[in-house]
Amino acid sequence: MSVLDLKLLRDLKRLWAQVLAIALVIAGGVATIILAVGSHHSLDETRIAYYERFGFADVFAQVRRAPNAVIPQIEQIPGVAAVEPRIAQLALLDIPDFREPATGQFISLPEKREQVLNRLFMREGRMPEPGNEQEVIVTEDFASAHGFTLGSRFAAILNGRKRELVIVGTALSPEFIFAVGPGDIMPDSRRFGVIWMPERALAAAYNLKDGFSSVSLKLMPGASEREVIQRLDDILERYGGRAAYGRKDQTSHAWLNHELDMLNNMSRTLPPIFLIVAAFLVNLTLGRLVALQREQVGLLKALGYANRVIAAHYVKFVLIIAVIGIVIGSAVGTWLGISVTKLFGSFFRFPFLLFSRDVSTYLIGAALSVAASVVGAARAVRDVVRLLPAVAMQAPAPPQFRHFLPASLSFDRVVSQSTVMMFRNISRHPFRTAFTTLGIAFATGILVVSLFTRDTMNVLIDVTYFLADRQDATVSFGERRSADVVYQIAHLPGVLAVESSREVPVRIRYGTVERRILLNGKPKDAELSRIIDVELHPVTLPQDGLAISDMLARILGVHVGDVVEIDLLEGQNRTVTVPIAATVEDYFGIRAMMDAKALSVLMRETPAVNSVHVSVDAKELDSFYDRIKAMPSISGLALQRVSLANFREAVALLVTMMAGIYAGLAAVIAFGVVYNNARISLSEHARDLASLRVLGFTRGEVLRILLLELALLTLIAQPPGWAIGYGLAWIMKAQLAGELMRVRLVVEHFTFAMSSVIVIAAALLSAVIVRSRVYALDLVSVLKTRD
Amino acid sequence: MKETVFSAHGLTKVYTTGEVEVRALAGLDLDIWAGEVVVLLGPSGSGKSTLLNIMGGLDQATSGTLFFKDQELTKLDDRGLTAYRRRHVGFVFQFYNLLPSLTALENVALVTEIAVNPMTPSESLALVGLQDRMHHFPAQLSGGEQQRVAIARAIAKRPEVLLCDEPTGALDSKTGIKVIEALLSVNEQLGTTTVIITHNANIQGVADRVLFFADGQISKVQKNETRRPSAEVTW
Repeated sequence: MSVLDLKLLRDLKRLWAQVLAIALVIAGGVATIILAVGSHHSLDETRIAYYERFGFADVFAQVRRAPNAVIPQIEQIPGVAAVEPRIAQLALLDIPDFREPATGQFISLPEKREQVLNRLFMREGRMPEPGNEQEVIVTEDFASAHGFTLGSRFAAILNGRKRELVIVGTALSPEFIFAVGPGDIMPDSRRFGVIWMPERALAAAYNLKDGFSSVSLKLMPGASEREVIQRLDDILERYGGRAAYGRKDQTSHAWLNHELDMLNNMSRTLPPIFLIVAAFLVNLTLGRLVALQREQVGLLKALGYANRVIAAHYVKFVLIIAVIGIVIGSAVGTWLGISVTKLFGSFFRFPFLLFSRDVSTYLIGAALSVAASVVGAARAVRDVVRLLPAVAMQAPAPPQFRHFLPASLSFDRVVSQSTVMMFRNISRHPFRTAFTTLGIAFATGILVVSLFTRDTMNVLIDVTYFLADRQDATVSFGERRSADVVYQIAHLPGVLAVESSREVPVRIRYGTVERRILLNGKPKDAELSRIIDVELHPVTLPQDGLAISDMLARILGVHVGDVVEIDLLEGQNRTVTVPIAATVEDYFGIRAMMDAKALSVLMRETPAVNSVHVSVDAKELDSFYDRIKAMPSISGLALQRVSLANFREAVALLVTMMAGIYAGLAAVIAFGVVYNNARISLSEHARDLASLRVLGFTRGEVLRILLLELALLTLIAQPPGWAIGYGLAWIMKAQLAGELMRVRLVVEHFTFAMSSVIVIAAALLSAVIVRSRVYALDLVSVLKTRD
Repeated sequence: MKETVFSAHGLTKVYTTGEVEVRALAGLDLDIWAGEVVVLLGPSGSGKSTLLNIMGGLDQATSGTLFFKDQELTKLDDRGLTAYRRRHVGFVFQFYNLLPSLTALENVALVTEIAVNPMTPSESLALVGLQDRMHHFPAQLSGGEQQRVAIARAIAKRPEVLLCDEPTGALDSKTGIKVIEALLSVNEQLGTTTVIITHNANIQGVADRVLFFADGQISKVQKNETRRPSAEVTW
């Protein structure tokens, strides 16, 4: 080992605490890259593998009743690789010791052939015996939510007839990775389950012998989804086909996509911040180290060491720090990535998880960190190379300070000398001061963006559950019903108010942009399920025209007054034109609403409903539930309170996890910046501080002088930190905004305050650590050496 | 009867570095009286600085006792020593140890802010002849001027003792004389007990007593019946 390398190792050892503080910030950057990219890759690969191994379909369609005879026709559509016809029906469940009605998505299992698409991953048990009318397979989480084991029994109301069912197996399906019941926003495994039963039994219950009500297609590589859907719609139209759709509109797939996009976005927003701060810290620390070793550099040069060798010496120093950071960051990032993948995996119910060990992620993380470090080191190394040996070996010229005010206007009556020292130091290092402030501001900003999700979710909950959808429950029917059913529901026990809702699947189009959505017909003065405008005021539906989600308006590029084209995908399947009358604030899905009467005119039908919103007296819920369970036409019951609780739970999980990770990372930044600055000022001012101690200043007073500047910078950094946080929150909001879900940007004062408190706490922690250094200051030896 | 300011008995300081023990002070006995100017002379490593540091509360003895008036310094902890330095001691070092970011006046004010009964910074600077350079930063002053600011800073709190470790060590003869003049004038005007370490044997004439150090002991004491004026000091 060369003598220079020996010096390098000793320098590293001497400066270990600062080295570690910088390495931790670099580690933060590496960890965020690996965490975000890694968990995204893992989940994406898991999904791809799951889809492939279990034959997840590409195109889906529902019909009222189609004969099996049309299947060969579907198989012959160009580009179709496989067809899976089946019976799919929603039905209410009656579960022992569970008072609310739950909904089951019943799906038939073929008996004479193997399942081709959307195959089951069996967790436990076996397939039902062919022809058995009682045996079923249920989704695993539904079974575990109710404590069901193999052999457990529950009842279902299939087409109006109550039937006893027995569980013979539990399974997972690529089709229901994210399984949401009718009218719900979040999965609730207690109130919604997927139930597979033999084809003959289900066909018998729904009078669908030799027919099907749902079909899934697998496409050949390169086939046009759009064309296949068009051909499929043409074939199924006369059987009550309700417009086929691709994976993009399949609920489970779309939600999964949304979550994966979020992870992907995270990997683009956070790491650059860490790497910028790391580069700054390297710059600061190395610059100071080189300044302190000026004479040694001069000596080395005088001895004949080449500039290149000396520059390499300091670059090596930085690279070692980067490597330490990369190692720590890779380990932590891998661990966090696995944890996040597992969390998402359990949330989404994957049968297996593939942990991506993509080397390129690690290489990118490492390369970016090395680049940031070397860029940070550039200035210090350049200074080394420029120094002439003779100049270097002399003491540097004394620093120049300036008066703030004319000397005659004396400061000392207004502020103490230590304050004057602080201001002069700040004015002498404007670059360093600015970057220190910026670094601390970034820490605050990262915290704001991690904590703002809570505020935003609160607004989302307020608007969705308390301003807009104020009903207690929504009763949905498997089929369109005549409006009379509303009065029937109104007379159920405990019902205080009712409100009808008609849902028609449509394609809405403006220019070349089109979306498949539900067109919702509401009574004019809807009181339960209201429409909220972008100013958060309830609005009355206009007599004519559509009220559409603000998001949908932006996707289509329409404004109030523009006229859109609508393909009605039910009934007479006509195409009509309707003006946009209002835009609506909502956070889930994209939808269009219109006056119920106007919709029935458009549909050329007598007033009809698909679901009824109800307000129920809490005291009479039990008898309300009992009567609902006995009504054959009802296919689902969504409960607002339960839905809200589920949503809160899911959000709490995500927010707590993310806030935890981010807060930890932000604290690392704050600590790294403050600690390094404190240590550098300590080494720069050791002599001054020792002088003060000799003059009779106590250790506490000396520490205060040392840290006053950082305390001030920490405080000054807060408002820009809040601004950065708000900006990052805006970016997050923009990236979150999708057709499935979006948020309103709200940051409460409490969030700003909390972020600052955490950053200040991290700064205080570094102050405590620096304190021991100040206390150990050797007064005599410092003062006896030349500056 | 002269008042005793410092009284040392069997004062010993042992530095241990690795396996080597160095006896910097080897059972030293000494009394220093109020208002005296004492010069400590001796080769490097003879114990002068160690004694000065212990007297100034910058270092602690290994054994023996040292009293400042009736306060036993050898029993004080760090907090006690800090308070002692703050109230009673002024220091002047070979390197001036001024804070570069403060002007001459502000460097002095640093002390007057925490002292009990200080003079004003400008009074103190006037005593060392720097009334015209008060608003200059250290970088704008010559070495001798900087050292005089250090003296002004040391005496601004009206200390009972002024401890100077080679105050002229970094100066040429002309500026060195000015610094010595400043020290003596403070001694005359305020009656501050002054202890000066020097390698310059020529300074000894200005002292009341000269203590010669060797191997951690006082090897010889020289009493001057009359102090020579500083102007007669030659380099």
